[in-house]
Amino acid sequence: MSVKEAVISEIERVAEENSKSLPPLTDDLVLLDSGLDSLAIAILVSRLEETLGVDPFSAFDDMAYPVTLGDFIRLYEHAAQHQIAAARAAG
Amino acid sequence: MSTPPNIRSPLRERLDNAPDGDPRWLREGAARVRLGDLRTRTSLGGRASALAGRSVLVATRSQLAAALALVELDGVAARLILCTPDLPPAHLRGIAERGGVDAVVSDRDGETDGLTIPLRIPIDSALASARGEACAQRRDTEWVLLTSGTTGAPKMVVHSVASLTAPIGGALGQGEGVVWGTFYDIRRYGGLQILFRALLGRGSLVLSSPGEPIAQHLARLGAEGATHVSGTPSHWRRVLMCANARAIAPSYVRLSGEIADQAVLNALHAFYPRARIGHAFASTEAGVAFEVNDGLEGFPAAIVGAHGDVQISVDEGSLRIRSTRAAARYLDDAHHPLSTDDGFTDTGDIVERRGERYYFLGRRSGVINVGGLKVYPEEVEAAINRHPAVRMSRVRPRKSSITGALVAADVVLKGTVDPIFTREILKICRDSLPPHKIPATIRFVPALEMAAAGKLARHA
Repeated sequence: MSVKEAVISEIERVAEENSKSLPPLTDDLVLLDSGLDSLAIAILVSRLEETLGVDPFSAFDDMAYPVTLGDFIRLYEHAAQHQIAAARAAG
Repeated sequence: MSTPPNIRSPLRERLDNAPDGDPRWLREGAARVRLGDLRTRTSLGGRASALAGRSVLVATRSQLAAALALVELDGVAARLILCTPDLPPAHLRGIAERGGVDAVVSDRDGETDGLTIPLRIPIDSALASARGEACAQRRDTEWVLLTSGTTGAPKMVVHSVASLTAPIGGALGQGEGVVWGTFYDIRRYGGLQILFRALLGRGSLVLSSPGEPIAQHLARLGAEGATHVSGTPSHWRRVLMCANARAIAPSYVRLSGEIADQAVLNALHAFYPRARIGHAFASTEAGVAFEVNDGLEGFPAAIVGAHGDVQISVDEGSLRIRSTRAAARYLDDAHHPLSTDDGFTDTGDIVERRGERYYFLGRRSGVINVGGLKVYPEEVEAAINRHPAVRMSRVRPRKSSITGALVAADVVLKGTVDPIFTREILKICRDSLPPHKIPATIRFVPALEMAAAGKLARHA
């Protein structure tokens, strides 16, 4: 599963658990307009840390907070690449 | 107008002595109140004197209505109890009893109907009536703030205007034209600090209306030219994730109520390069302890042990504070004094020294701070344990880079796991707890560690 697919599938799961219906999940969707509040986003980020093994919000001190779903996915893709690069350097 | 001989309310004094044509205002949604009008107009139909010496519950939907009532009743009522907007109605009766409430001021119908309270006065935020005669006798009014408690019933924390305004002295040297905004509710300690800064300083204040979405609140703050904006780190992370975060261009950004991490401080600095960015350590009980303005997380080690209005010590890793800004006591809980014999309040926050700086590690007592709102594990455990299949549970914090912490639950079942249990437990929690107290994760475990004396082991 790609990073993007993992993110989308967790968003759908969190929305379902909170009985929220989601608008179409396009790249330019503003996350906070998706029906998920910051508590739901906090839960999403903690679930993604379990599935993807990375939390970009705590991994980087110099990070621009994501506004759209596209920003959010890119942040995770960047963090995953960073993690792979770090693992190679260490290995 | 005649000035009462023994004014003890610095709030009234500041407003009554303001120059004619005081341009400052309070704003909520489309409503705007000129502070100058508070000298001669009333939000209580001119009936403030009927509330003299009473214990008054201030139960409003609107923050503006609450602010107007508080200003008018300080120095008049014996006690003002500030209801928070998310207070479950089931707790109202207990609060009224514990607080000896004999009057209610409110802007809504129905909510307090079940209470047998002799005097009810509606609040008129439009200030339609003239104030009439000032109440001749002034007294020191107790300000009672509600904060989360172990059992779910809120703790009632007694402050005075003196303790609430003690942190503000040095902060009032602001120029003209300061416009405050806050993402806090003014009925919580952090928000009340901002109301006082506006009223006692030279500022105006933009309040959010009930249920107002963040994007709209930001747009209004921007339109009103907000210069000084305050919220928790979680509020600010939410702002940074808004499409219109650039609607505001503050010159001062303030964070408090939670631990500010370097990521949020850096992101705010990058986003609002003109702004001075400061984080304050404060709690409802201990008051504002210190403010850090060097843009770095944690705080300088030099403030520990220094002499001054606020004294800070670190004892076995716990941050302790003694100051004139602390609350006087819990209203009805003589068994739990706010401070120890030496006058220090233990904040329960664990700090660690690295070089010349201290950093926050977490809470000693297991209290979970979700976006600035306290959660006691016991109240969540009590909800989970109502499920018939649950033998016991332990609720603990889980670190979150978005809200500081989340609620996580470990559950021991009487029998085997059925996947439906997670859903059922969450339903019980949703029915009895506000959203920030509902477990973000539920894990079924075979056993829980017990400490000596048979208590659940809690680790920060």
